[in-house]
Order: sequence, then structure tokens, then C-alpha cells
Amino acid sequence: MNEETLDVRGLLCPMPVIRTQNRVKTLAAGQRLEVVGSDPGMLSDIPAWCRINGHRLLDSRRDGGNIVVVLEVGANG
Amino acid sequence: MKQVKAVSLISGGLDSMLAAKVVLDQGVHVEGINFYTGFCVEGHTHAIRRQDQNKQKRNNALWVAEQLGIKLHIVDIIEEYKDVVINPKHGYGANLNPCLDCKVFMVNKAREWMLENGFDFIITGEVIGQRPMSQRRDTMRIVSRDSGADDVLLRPLCAKTLVPTLPERAGWVDREKLYGFNGRGRKPQIELARRFGFEDFAQPAGGCCFLTDESYARKLADLWRARGSKIYELDDIMLLKVGRHIRPQPHYKLIIAREAGETQFLMGYRKAYTHLFPVSHGGPLTLVDGQVDATDLQLAARIVARFSQGRDADQVDIALVEHGEQRVITVTPLRAEELPQEWYL
Repeated sequence: MNEETLDVRGLLCPMPVIRTQNRVKTLAAGQRLEVVGSDPGMLSDIPAWCRINGHRLLDSRRDGGNIVVVLEVGANG
Repeated sequence: MKQVKAVSLISGGLDSMLAAKVVLDQGVHVEGINFYTGFCVEGHTHAIRRQDQNKQKRNNALWVAEQLGIKLHIVDIIEEYKDVVINPKHGYGANLNPCLDCKVFMVNKAREWMLENGFDFIITGEVIGQRPMSQRRDTMRIVSRDSGADDVLLRPLCAKTLVPTLPERAGWVDREKLYGFNGRGRKPQIELARRFGFEDFAQPAGGCCFLTDESYARKLADLWRARGSKIYELDDIMLLKVGRHIRPQPHYKLIIAREAGETQFLMGYRKAYTHLFPVSHGGPLTLVDGQVDATDLQLAARIVARFSQGRDADQVDIALVEHGEQRVITVTPLRAEELPQEWYL
């Protein structure tokens, strides 16, 4: 599966959500996006954003000093 | 029959949540729009400080959208918003808050979004008399007019006290099911929230913008004074939210972390700034904002030592990193009486 990565380290929410939203607009349904950041707020905000906008959350975790969230673009995104 | 669509400004607070809900309940398709100016007071900004890290971390606008079951579009307006902050046509409120220009700007952005996306009207949570600058009968007229939204701007919480707008006249919404709230009180909104079954909604006491905060506005005014013009970048306004700001000389200031969470945040900026930190004792990371010489750095190191665990020691070793090169200098911590109150911003 084609997976892209978005680096939002150093940005505070809501910027990671905005960057995710803008990148997802360029992707097709079914594509996956891994977002790597540093603001723990991403762990609640990106999943909430996915639920609202019809994308599927595949993973969200702390990875060392980073926060990693993986999503799959929904059909009506 | 065509599905009527409205875009609703969602701040994350109660009023815009209620306004969207009132229209949603009339069968209109509603999507939310939220603008990020850089000055927004968000839980995550507070969460920079370690003592606050156990506080609930949620973006209130996202939370509201989820409660309402609507999509939310978050728009980065940081660059365009600078002109609103720097040159407000209608001036500032009590601090550096350009509330009226801000509202005009946001409603205009929502209007542009509405046109681009084939929506029919705009919803805001404004209530006549709720805010001293932007929510008065006269200034709300200015918002409608100057934003270009005019007749397609619906304020469901106070619509009954206003002239009917296009959505009401066209029968897209039933005016009788809108409200006529008026004044600074919060009782009608709280009662309506209760009827809708909303709980745990955000009601920030100081509003949702740092520009209304006296201490923040003072630091922004200082930044503009020091730079000789009203300019800023996102990093500047983020850094105003963090740390203790001390200006010993007009040409430089120190941003001193107050605890571990702030140190961690400032670490992200250390490559862009000359910075100092104690090595012989525990203590804060400190950024230097401005062009400094050796004398300035000596004083800066003494100030950093004052805020370190070595404040009562005879000497403290301070690491000084300038242009990527680190050296250590040994200084006597500044005494309390040597640090004038007027240096604090």
C-alpha cells in the first residue's frame, strides 16, 4: 500500500491537524498517510479530525520523543 | 428540492456551537469553519508548561464539530491575519485585540469559502451586546457590510431582534425557531445548551484570543517597540506565550524557561537563537532575542544564573551557544536588587 509521510515536528496543534488536512486533500481514497510530530495534542486531535471527516485511523502512538499517527483516506474525504 | 447548505464559524466556544445546532435542527446541511490566527488560546499552548500537562488536551473546535456531527475545515490564516493585527481599521479593544476587524475578516473569509464551495449562507454565534466591541447592534451591522456577507449572514441566537436575512425570507430557515438573545448574560445560552443536552462545553473566561490578554499584549507591544515597526512572525508570537521575558537593554531580551516543559519547548528554537543554560547547576534554557555583544552576554549569563539552582552560589558555570559554537563562562549570579522590576515584560 502506498504510504506517504508528513513531518510536523516542532509544530503545536492545531498546525499538525491543518497540515494533515491539507495533505489529505491531495491524496486519493485508500491512500495512507503517516504523520510524525512532537505535540502530544496530535494523539487526540488527528483521531478526532479523522472521525469528523470520514478517514480511518490506523495507528496513533508515542515513538521515542515523537508522536506518530497513521490514517487511511476515506471515500468522502 | 435543493439541499440548502450553510457554513458555520466554529470557535470552539458555546455560542457558535449553539448557533450551528439551531440551524442543523432545521434540516440545513451545515459544515464548520475554524480559523487559526496564531493567537488562538488552545489547550495545547497551555500544555507547554509541564504543570499543565495533565489537563485535558482537546481542540475545542474539533470537539464541537464532533458533538454536532458536522465536518470542520480548519484554515491557516496566520499570514493574512497580520494586516488585521497590525493595521486595524476600527482600532484595538482594551489590549491589542482588533475584535471588530477580526470579525469582519473572518466572516469575509467564510463568505469566500461559501462561494468556492457552493454553500448558501453563513452562520455565526454572535449575540447583540455579548461583547463590548464586535457584538453591538451598530458594529454587527459593520460586520455584515464590510465583510460583504450582508444578507447571507445569519445570527441564529439573536436573529429575532434583527432584520430578516435571506435565509429567513427565502424560507431556508424558520425565523420563528430562531432566538432573540440580547446582552452580556450567559443564562439563555446555558439554558439552550441544557435543552440540547450539551455538557462539558468550553467557556474560556478570557475569550479565545491571546490579544485580549493584558500581559500578552504588553509583550507584543514591547516586541514592536524593540523592532521599530509592527511586524511579527509566527515564532515571535508563539514565544510570547512562553517563559519569563526580561529586557535588560532596548536591543535585546531574554526568554527564560520557567520549568521543564517550557525548556523542552524552547529547545525547539535553540538553533535559531543564541542561547544559554547553566552547566554547574540545574536551571532554565534561555534564548536571547536581539543582537548582543560580549558585555550583554555577560549580563545575560548572570541573569540566567540568578534563575538557576545556583542563585545563592558564589559562581555558576553557564554554557553559551552562539552561531552553533558552545563555550562556558563562569559568572556571579545577579542579586535580586540588581534585577530591576522594569526589566520584566
